[in-house]
Amino acid sequence: MFETFDATLLARMQFAFTVSFHIIFPAFSIGLASYLAVLEGLWLWTKKVVYLELFDFWKTIFALAFGMGVVSGIVMSYQFGTNWSVFSDKVGPIIGPLMGYEVLSAFFLEAGFLGIMLFGRNRVGPGLHFFATLMVAVGTLISATWILSANSWMQTPQGFAMNDKGQFIPADWWAVIFNPSFPYRLVHMVLAAYLTTALVVGAVGGLHLLRRTAPLRAGTMFSMAMWMLTLVAPIQIFAGDQHGLNTLEHQPVKVMAMEGHYQSHPDGAPLILFGLPNQAEQRIDYAIEIPKLSSLILKHSLDAPLKGLDTVPRELQPPVPIVFWSFRIMVGLGFAMLGLGLWSLYCRWRGRLYTSEWLHRAAMVMGPAGFVAVLAGWVTTEVGRQPYTVYGHLLTANSVSPIAAAAVGSSLIAFVIVYFLVFGAGTFYILRLMSRPPRDPSGDLGEGPIRTAGITPAPHVASLHAGGRHGH
Amino acid sequence: MVIDLPFIWAAIIAFAVLAYVILDGFDLGVGILFPLFPEKRHRDVMMNSVAPVWDGNETWLVLGGGGLMAVFPLAYATILPALYASIIAMLLGLIFRGVAFEYRWRTGRAQYLWNWAFAGGSFMAALAQGIALGALVQGIPVANRAYSGGWWDWLTPFSIATGLAVVIGYALLGSTWLVMKTTGDLRDKARSLSYIAALATLAAMAIFSLWTPFLEPLYLKRWFSWPTAIFSIIVPLLVLGCFWLLLTGLKNNRDSRPFLAALGLFILGYAGIGISFYPYIVPTSVTIWDAAAPDESLGFLLVGALILVPLILAYTSYAYWVFRGKIDPEEGYH
Ligand code: HDD
Ligand code: HEM
Ligand code: HEM
Repeated sequence: MFETFDATLLARMQFAFTVSFHIIFPAFSIGLASYLAVLEGLWLWTKKVVYLELFDFWKTIFALAFGMGVVSGIVMSYQFGTNWSVFSDKVGPIIGPLMGYEVLSAFFLEAGFLGIMLFGRNRVGPGLHFFATLMVAVGTLISATWILSANSWMQTPQGFAMNDKGQFIPADWWAVIFNPSFPYRLVHMVLAAYLTTALVVGAVGGLHLLRRTAPLRAGTMFSMAMWMLTLVAPIQIFAGDQHGLNTLEHQPVKVMAMEGHYQSHPDGAPLILFGLPNQAEQRIDYAIEIPKLSSLILKHSLDAPLKGLDTVPRELQPPVPIVFWSFRIMVGLGFAMLGLGLWSLYCRWRGRLYTSEWLHRAAMVMGPAGFVAVLAGWVTTEVGRQPYTVYGHLLTANSVSPIAAAAVGSSLIAFVIVYFLVFGAGTFYILRLMSRPPRDPSGDLGEGPIRTAGITPAPHVASLHAGGRHGH
Repeated sequence: MVIDLPFIWAAIIAFAVLAYVILDGFDLGVGILFPLFPEKRHRDVMMNSVAPVWDGNETWLVLGGGGLMAVFPLAYATILPALYASIIAMLLGLIFRGVAFEYRWRTGRAQYLWNWAFAGGSFMAALAQGIALGALVQGIPVANRAYSGGWWDWLTPFSIATGLAVVIGYALLGSTWLVMKTTGDLRDKARSLSYIAALATLAAMAIFSLWTPFLEPLYLKRWFSWPTAIFSIIVPLLVLGCFWLLLTGLKNNRDSRPFLAALGLFILGYAGIGISFYPYIVPTSVTIWDAAAPDESLGFLLVGALILVPLILAYTSYAYWVFRGKIDPEEGYH
């Protein structure tokens, strides 16, 4: 059945499939964990019950997303050994300790305090409970830091030597960890996670504003999400631009693929907005381009020369069409997010933030945009560095386990079936929870995880909600 | 060399795997026992009893696996391909039972599906871990820094037997955990199951101990030649001691003692396997020194481990302490 595939291709498909599913959950849970910490902090500080209600509403959703992130993450940590054993043997001495630190400093912290955060409010009291929430949020950020350092080292390796067994060994840990692309990637990814969460929260707020079910709660989350979006989207665009400049310095071939520059341009390269990359003929068909703009963006000079893929042997080029398109999807969505943020700012200024139905609809449409941009961004990053796993030093083809295509193929099919089934069901449950109006925590309801410790209502003032909309 | 870093790391990894086995062991065990408790009110309490801690328990598995890649990359790169199918089965099992903790509460109509996912996934993960253990004990051939055996080598009568033995052992951890954590008819039923599981575990340990020495001359020599033969006398005696504590604990309604005694059984069994292996990490091809990453890697991560592992143990114990005591079945229901 798998004779026509080689094991490397199947292993790549399996990695791309499983990691793409995995990143969806962290992208959401990193942001949501911070959001929960903010909500609980606001509740403790202001004593406004609406924050506690929102906390409980999002906590249940967080528990589901986090659970899915955990189980899909465990698969990742074993997949290096099953499918990429040569890679693990050679690169283990460097990225192994980085991931080891991730486990020790982040995963245990999250897991240790997650139970208290989800089920322990009755047992520990509000102060310690808030502390637990903070630890979970900090844990997700530490996790992102280490894993992105590991990934960035593979993109821009430095601080290593080779030993006689063909292994990469650390020569300078500081240089390994703070490799050139790491700060950019960390900032870009954490902002991406915050944007993703803001968009989801905004979409849910928009939905409930449209339905007029729980105006105070919906309005509060909508407003918070739109502030986040308005502030972070421009920062993200700036960070992305800086990231690109850094990539140009260290992985110029990737940038050629993103820009679609098959030809070298000795006197100013055009910015290709759209077109159809033609890998066989090594050109962009039907290109719509703005002369010299690419040189202006990348080199800050209209006539600066830029090399193209014609300087790179065919077998060392990444698959241009994928990189070209995924990059455009991400950037396009980034600007759409900026647009939504500015629109909400305008409505806020005109006092229509809670009444403009078109804004609420637009927020709902943009709800999933963060996930799409995150995936597109990672595809740009990872496909753009092919054919290497350790950029410039270790070819993907030389990283794979000496394993039969049939084994990789069957496990790939098993993962595909199980992931769609299990994470499909989880997504359905999350959407269902989101479409229920955020409720008052003392009431009934098969809402929150009802476990060893129920959810205790803090002194609850029902009349608070009676009045409907915020005054603005 | 003054400090033998590979040796220290072998001890730390061994500790992480042991921590995983006993901690996730009891929550997998609760899943394995699920089908024997058909009543919903029992199942709710059973799940509640492990819900706050299962994620932390499973993190030790990530440390065992991820740590192996960091400090013994050659072992990681040969054991995982050799055990390919059982690792994949374990991962899939862990997915099903892991999501069940949340999904089960999110649906009324499809709850039975996630009950099955929880029970089936726990069973599959335990069986796969046991099979992997058996396959490791059988030995894994390595040539040119790669696994050199066949794709089905892991599947033998011995590995199937260890697979079942681990399922039984986890069921014992699970049932004694329930004795400790629950009350009423649920606890009484768990108590009677504990007797059965304890006898079955003892039998499994006996079979395993008699079988292994004949798999591999190294193990035979370990167990029957001086000075390691001392352990051949001490370990079985301690096992019997734990077994006695377990039974008397059950009999005299000392509800925490059976669980602690069951942990003792696991620790002894684990030590026994360790004694057979040492100093191999991939029996009987690769020793801990062959597999070790360079000292720069080992030293770098050791600094973190020495600071962070005690911290982890502290806050993990705190989390267990927060949820200590018997579960009140009323608390949490509506
Ligand atoms: C909400 C998500 C999101 C948004 C709105 C953007 N990005 Fe992004 N981008 C990512 C999410 C992301 C990502 C998933 O986080 C990536 C993959 C790896 C990384 O560090 O960030 C990424 C990678 C990535 C790369 C590749 C870097 C490399 O591989 O070395 C570049 C050049 C950019 N981005 C540039 C941009 C620009 C110019 C944007 C402005 C519109 C932008 N990104 C918006
Ligand atoms: C520390 C984090 C990461 C590491 C160490 C890592 C490592 C790897 C490795 C070893 C491969 C195999 C080579 C190949 O298949 O071509 C790969 C491929 C890939 N990764 Fe990453 N990755 C990381 C994060 C991510 C994330 C978060 C994503 C996004 C969802 C991602 C997307 C991909 C994709 C799409 C491929 C397939 C590329 C291709 O086959 O052309 N990676 N990565
Ligand atoms: C391909 C490389 C990756 C591997 C091997 C990996 C491994 C894991 C593992 C094993 C877990 C579960 C930990 C637990 O038991 O609690 C996990 C969860 C997590 N991972 Fe990944 N991961 C990878 C990529 C990433 C990336 C690129 C990010 C984000 C930047 C990320 C962020 C997280 C976060 C925040 C969690 C916490 C659980 C959650 O919210 O989903 N991971 N990862």
